[in-house]
Amino acid sequence: MQKAHLQLSQLGISFPTPKGPFVALQNVNLEIGKGEFISLIGHSGCGKSTVLNLVAGLLQASSGGVILNQKEVNAPGPERAVVFQNHSLLPWLSVYQNVELAVKQVFRGKKSKTEMRDWIEHNLALVQMSHARDKRPAEISGGMKQRVGIARALAMQPQVLLMDEPFGALDALTRAHLQDSLMDIQAQLNNTVIMITHDVDEAVLLSDRIVMMTNGPAATIGEILQIALPRPRNRIALADCATYNHYRHQVLSFLYEKQRKVEVLAKAEPVKVTADALAGAATREKRA
Amino acid sequence: MSAIPSQWSRVKNVLPGQQQLAQWLKQSLLSAAGIAVFVLLWQLLASQITTSLGSFPGPLQVAQQWSGLVAEHKAENAREAAFYQRQLERNAASLAANPDAVITVRPYNGRPTFFSQIFTSLYTVLTGFVLASLVAIPAGIVIGLSPRLYSAFNPLIQLFKPVSPLAWLPLVTILVSALYQSEQPLFARSFLVSVFTVTLCSLWPTLLNTIVGVSNISPDLQNVSRVLQLNWLTHVRRIVLPSAVPMIFTGLRLSLGIAWMVLIAAEMLAQNPGLGKFVWDEFQNGSSDSLSRICVAVLVIGLIGYALDRLMLQLQQRVNWDKSAQLR
Repeated sequence: MQKAHLQLSQLGISFPTPKGPFVALQNVNLEIGKGEFISLIGHSGCGKSTVLNLVAGLLQASSGGVILNQKEVNAPGPERAVVFQNHSLLPWLSVYQNVELAVKQVFRGKKSKTEMRDWIEHNLALVQMSHARDKRPAEISGGMKQRVGIARALAMQPQVLLMDEPFGALDALTRAHLQDSLMDIQAQLNNTVIMITHDVDEAVLLSDRIVMMTNGPAATIGEILQIALPRPRNRIALADCATYNHYRHQVLSFLYEKQRKVEVLAKAEPVKVTADALAGAATREKRA
Repeated sequence: MSAIPSQWSRVKNVLPGQQQLAQWLKQSLLSAAGIAVFVLLWQLLASQITTSLGSFPGPLQVAQQWSGLVAEHKAENAREAAFYQRQLERNAASLAANPDAVITVRPYNGRPTFFSQIFTSLYTVLTGFVLASLVAIPAGIVIGLSPRLYSAFNPLIQLFKPVSPLAWLPLVTILVSALYQSEQPLFARSFLVSVFTVTLCSLWPTLLNTIVGVSNISPDLQNVSRVLQLNWLTHVRRIVLPSAVPMIFTGLRLSLGIAWMVLIAAEMLAQNPGLGKFVWDEFQNGSSDSLSRICVAVLVIGLIGYALDRLMLQLQQRVNWDKSAQLR
């Protein structure tokens, strides 16, 4: 592999709590090549979103760092576009205007007005949303919103596409449909992608590598699974494929045997400070 | 079994045109019935009460006074027109006699009628309200965006918010006469006193609601803004303001209601021209018509307050991006 495109090195973060620092994440080391599709999988609260927010620059690492193209990342920027779990479209703007806001911001002075318009149209076409360009987010379905969210991220022409459980809130059929779309787009654009998911099938189907995370606190990378399935991948053909099922089995066994979430109901309640919750709080504070 | 009621409720939700009309008719009839009962009770009870100014006026006397006030207004207008007409003729005559004559147009100094008082009050309340909004919305945005500023200003806001207009009034009066001294004043002092009192009392709801609206922007939208690296102004214009618009309007409507109430009180207390002064003058006047005239004023004040609120609602519906929002 050539020099790593995106590198997470000794990445760690801790949050101050009244009882001393809470180490959410530590010693996360990962090198990601250009055009690689990486899935992050793990139990909820293990710090997947924290990793993604660190790469996005929405959170600051307490130790180690993120290096993109030999440059350290320490602030958010459009070259690391984020697709948020709940689409995060601006409800007062139309589909077109939502993408336009991003395009105007990224390509101001670099593209002419017509070029920008064509570029917005192109990205909407890529996610098959041209027909709804003048609709408000409230007027389209959840799957469509997520498509627009992806179009907005792609329209920034990012070096890395960060997706935080992009299809988590969708029904199974819509999700499958969007996964296929994402694979098509990925084949065309060859983006570098980091995607968080809870869905084992989704991870195996889409990824080049699956990064499995251990449970927090002090979560880190447990195992990395290389998915050597040829592309383009077809979900129906793969359903009977032994290799595919072997990969699935490996992820499942990591999640449910090696990293079984210990749920002691009586004791767990008072210490249910998850890394995600803390990360959320920290993000809000930072904005302020 | 359980499917039947839910089916029914779905049918009821989609009203065809005819049913909608029936619904509307029912609503209007109920409103009319409410008003009718009120008027009837008023008529019955009013005749029972004897005051120092005769018996308390019923709806009929009040209606008569309304036409009386309209007639007075027309007569006053006619007098004013005649006054200017006479002046015009006199000036034309003196110009004809001597082309170099210095022409002066004297303003008409008639007694303000009920309707000119309404106009004065409306003009004053809108000036005060616009001034309050111009202060409160930008200040709310700046304070709402910064928790530090919020902590700094919150005690002051909480301290001044509950202050009654009657307490501000003397201070504002003294301050205006101390600070606004001009040979040819653009505004009457009494107007400024009323305006500033209205502003001081009505800016708080807008300020507080703007602060709350601005500080409760969804963290996801804030992250979008950060990823896009929007600068402060674009962030405020494209993200902050639209998300805070519903809250800002809630504040504006409360503010306008307060502004209208405060203005009447201020006008009464300070003898500043307007509806409040009309009420006070009638009270002092103590003629047999006074009570009826005050009743007219009360009803008109209520109607105008209602109309102002509806106007804000219309504006809110126009400005708000969320057309599905239930506004009432």
